[in-house]
Amino acid sequence: MIAALSAQVPGFTPGPGWNVVADVQDMLSFAFMRNAFAAGTASAIVAGLIGYFVVLRESSFAAHAISHIGFAGAAGAVLLGFSPVLGVAVLSLVASGAMGALGQRLRGRDVVIGLIMAASLGLGYLFISLYTGNAQNAYSILFGQIFGITTGAVQITAVTSVIVLAVLAAIFRPLLFSSLDEEVAQARGIRVRAIGIGFMLLMALAVSEAVQVSGVLLIFALLVAPGAIAERVARRPAAALAVSGGLAVLITWVSLALSYYTPYPVSFYVTSLAFVLYLAARAWSAWARRAGRRLALPWQRHHDAGMQARETATVRT
Amino acid sequence: MGAARPGRPAAPAAPDQGPPPGRPPAHRPAPGARPPGPPPPGGALIEASGLAAGYGGRIIWSGADFGIGAGEFLTVLGSNGAGKSTLLRMVLGLLAPAAGTLRVFGAPPQRGNPAIGYVPQRRALDPDLAISAEDIVGLGVDGHRWGVRLSRRAGRERREAVASALAAVGAAGYARRAVGRLSGGEQQRLQLAQALVTRPRLLLLDEPLASLDLRSQQEVSQLVAELRAELGFAVVLVTHDINPVLSVTDRVMYIAGGGVSVGTPDEVITSENLSRLYQAEVEVLSDSRGRMFVVGLEAETTHPHSPASPAGAQP
Repeated sequence: MIAALSAQVPGFTPGPGWNVVADVQDMLSFAFMRNAFAAGTASAIVAGLIGYFVVLRESSFAAHAISHIGFAGAAGAVLLGFSPVLGVAVLSLVASGAMGALGQRLRGRDVVIGLIMAASLGLGYLFISLYTGNAQNAYSILFGQIFGITTGAVQITAVTSVIVLAVLAAIFRPLLFSSLDEEVAQARGIRVRAIGIGFMLLMALAVSEAVQVSGVLLIFALLVAPGAIAERVARRPAAALAVSGGLAVLITWVSLALSYYTPYPVSFYVTSLAFVLYLAARAWSAWARRAGRRLALPWQRHHDAGMQARETATVRT
Repeated sequence: MGAARPGRPAAPAAPDQGPPPGRPPAHRPAPGARPPGPPPPGGALIEASGLAAGYGGRIIWSGADFGIGAGEFLTVLGSNGAGKSTLLRMVLGLLAPAAGTLRVFGAPPQRGNPAIGYVPQRRALDPDLAISAEDIVGLGVDGHRWGVRLSRRAGRERREAVASALAAVGAAGYARRAVGRLSGGEQQRLQLAQALVTRPRLLLLDEPLASLDLRSQQEVSQLVAELRAELGFAVVLVTHDINPVLSVTDRVMYIAGGGVSVGTPDEVITSENLSRLYQAEVEVLSDSRGRMFVVGLEAETTHPHSPASPAGAQP
């Protein structure tokens, strides 16, 4: 990114210096960078918060499928002359609504979801090959287009984020309850199916936003990695949401900055950072577990081992 | 294997076959078609007459007439797929009776009644789940409410309710630990605490003893019995093995062959009664401690309804 810019802008210092404030000022002096940071932040917060529930509900495959179905929508919208993000939003909302309505019946139907996902990708590819305009448009749907985002799209992204956060706040407790223990939640009078449909629609909106940053193919990183880390490290639900949303924002910011100073694309940094952070979280929780065991008193250790032995030894026929 | 062999550690106390002292003789509906008797003393929590269970027009069992009084302990027995959990779903208001009437606290069953505590069959939690035990139990307090908790007083009341429920089930020691790292038995205590946090008058337990070893089975049934004595709730416990709860249960409900039989263990778990329910030759044996074992007899004539695995039978 920077090489192309420094050729055009006189007096521009290529590469980051030691003065971080000046570097950030440099970066934000461009409207396209301000737009990228604004839209990236708005969609990262939503992706992080929704992602925690995606992990708790074990519906990451559904999230993945929805983004691919959204790709068909994006390609179709481009073909018809609409905004690709609008196409993603419409088709992923329809698909997630249907998935939410099917609810329990979809559990274990990975084959069906996978086939619909593949068919959607194929359909999207057909739309792209039919489209005679700029092929870059389709490429950016697949891998993200955050530097090309318009001010109007930034505003729509921000408003969508506010709506998603407001609905999430309203259904937070029933959603958490039904994500952790659906049967008891239902017995306590929670309409678990309605909550499930509502959550899937929120997830579709989060996907539509995040597609702009990481693209359809790489959305998994932004939507699932922060939530998976939060699930491992946070004891309180509020802390988990803070960790998940915070990490998603951090990943997006660092990726935008790195991409600004290097010739490599944003979504590459997003996916790599998400992966590295996830590995770090795994290592950290494994270390903490081992350290915790070492700190335990000998009789506690014995007790734990005994409990485990008893658990495994009891397979009644 | 070998759920109740002599010489194992922590043998059960000799079962108290009669009704507990100070309690009038248990309400005893005879099996089969029988008008519902008077409600049990202390006000009926559950009243059923001619109750049938089924899904989508298919009847699983029918002809259940029974009542459960305050503080009573009813054990629901039957083999897999007999429709034991279906009874709980009907009491919870999640499934309408296929026939007959069912009244809970004197009214038709309603979803989300805080006077009912429900512990579903245990399922393995994600071992990576770092949410604290406290927060899992706290869902029982306000997990069904909309919006986010803002009031400081509500937060304090929630903490107090959670702490007392955790203490009641003996789980205070791991209140702040990650639930995914707890053992199955510890997770089960949390489920129990979550169900008790609303101070229910009726506790429904679905297979709490399944996949537990003998000693844990005794611990769980003793814990439930102690909590019942202390807090005064009635218990409906679903199991396929009567022996771990024989000493604490007042009455049993045996579901088999599409029929239901309710009464004291001595009345219900007899060779004649179960043979009639299963529509197959079944024999009930009891050992020196009064434990009961149901065994299917290899009859000369095979019958379509022969029991695959009768309750209490040893593999």
